Amino acid sequence: MVTVLEPHSELRQRAWDAAASVVDPEIPVLTIADLGVLRDVVLDGDHVEVAITPTYSGCPAMNMIALEIEVALERAGFRTPKVRTVLSPAWTTDWMSEEGRRKLHAYGIAPPQASNSRRALFGEQALTCPQCGSANTELLSEFGSTSCKALWRCRTCREPFDYFKCH
Amino acid sequence: MPAANIQVSETPLVLYALRRADDALILGHRLSEWCGHAPMLEEDMALSNIALDLIGQARELYTYAAKAEGKDNDEDKLAYLRDVRQYRNLLLLEQPNGDFAQTLVRQFFYSAFADLYWRAMMISRDTTLAAIAAKSEKESAYHLRHASEWIIRLGDGTDESHARAQAAIDHLWAFTGEMFAVDEGERALIHADIAVDPGSLRGRWLTTLSGVVSEATLELPQTGWMQQGGRSGRHSEHLGHLLSELQSMQRTFPGQTW
Repeated sequence: MVTVLEPHSELRQRAWDAAASVVDPEIPVLTIADLGVLRDVVLDGDHVEVAITPTYSGCPAMNMIALEIEVALERAGFRTPKVRTVLSPAWTTDWMSEEGRRKLHAYGIAPPQASNSRRALFGEQALTCPQCGSANTELLSEFGSTSCKALWRCRTCREPFDYFKCH
Repeated sequence: MPAANIQVSETPLVLYALRRADDALILGHRLSEWCGHAPMLEEDMALSNIALDLIGQARELYTYAAKAEGKDNDEDKLAYLRDVRQYRNLLLLEQPNGDFAQTLVRQFFYSAFADLYWRAMMISRDTTLAAIAAKSEKESAYHLRHASEWIIRLGDGTDESHARAQAAIDHLWAFTGEMFAVDEGERALIHADIAVDPGSLRGRWLTTLSGVVSEATLELPQTGWMQQGGRSGRHSEHLGHLLSELQSMQRTFPGQTW
């Protein structure tokens, strides 16, 4: 039970921190704050509403993430937490934190390239292998094991790797 | 007792959202039929991923249609409890998968349109539709790139793949005109800056197609007679078979949840 005497900003920070601790079930090294999926936390008394934005329209991880946010907030003492999905502005990989990019790389997934500017129909990309660091890589498939990834291969170490695609 | 059809009060806005939702759901379902059957693992994942994006778009649009209608319907009822004549999707999208070339040509025709359409819809006065458009536009652009690469690979590939790709283009061409048609209700939404006139995108759509098709050493047919009817519920025989599979669980066990 949260006391109303606690200053609002501290309480909100506590709610934010609880929500921000939830990880992506598909990429467990990233929190939803790292991903930029966590957009807002609004307090009304001791009721809390969290706004999240989907990465891709059909991403099945979103249901799981919403449920885990509710659980995390209840554990932190908030009653009847609510999760709201907002579509606008549309999520972009530009919202991924530097920390998130670093963690992805360490996990073996090439992080999204910095800009989401609209490229030509067939844009050229050059990725560095997250395993051996070689720039001699090639695209295997535009689509990977989840909506947000593409499948690449390193020609130097011969290992395949995931690329968190720019969106 | 099988579940009965729902009734939908199709105001212009409800109908607008339903049409786009049905487009996304039916094409998404068609693509999902490839799951486990695609010619290679990468394509199995690609087509399933695209299906997932489309079904996600359909969910947003159905939810919005239900909200705009303001009755007892929701996304599941709209998807599972309307019969063939109540479906409003483009005829192009319900056409059977055929061979791999036919699936990719269908995808190419639609993605080239959807990419332009959702980009134009991002400035709709309707903030929900504008938000759905902003998400869908990014996804469509990626789908278009994937389909375009395949059109080039198939067209400029072997004699066999070239012939199949050209046959698919010739076969599906008559279903493309419907993408650019609007009725009176939709015309009013266009005047109110809620919808965009798809007819205004036709020139740019043709430009996208021509560039890819010529690089693929294929040819677009001369524009001729175009098939219509999907937007008002007159469908080809294929949609009923598709719906019988898509809806079978909810029709057999009404209200069943996982």
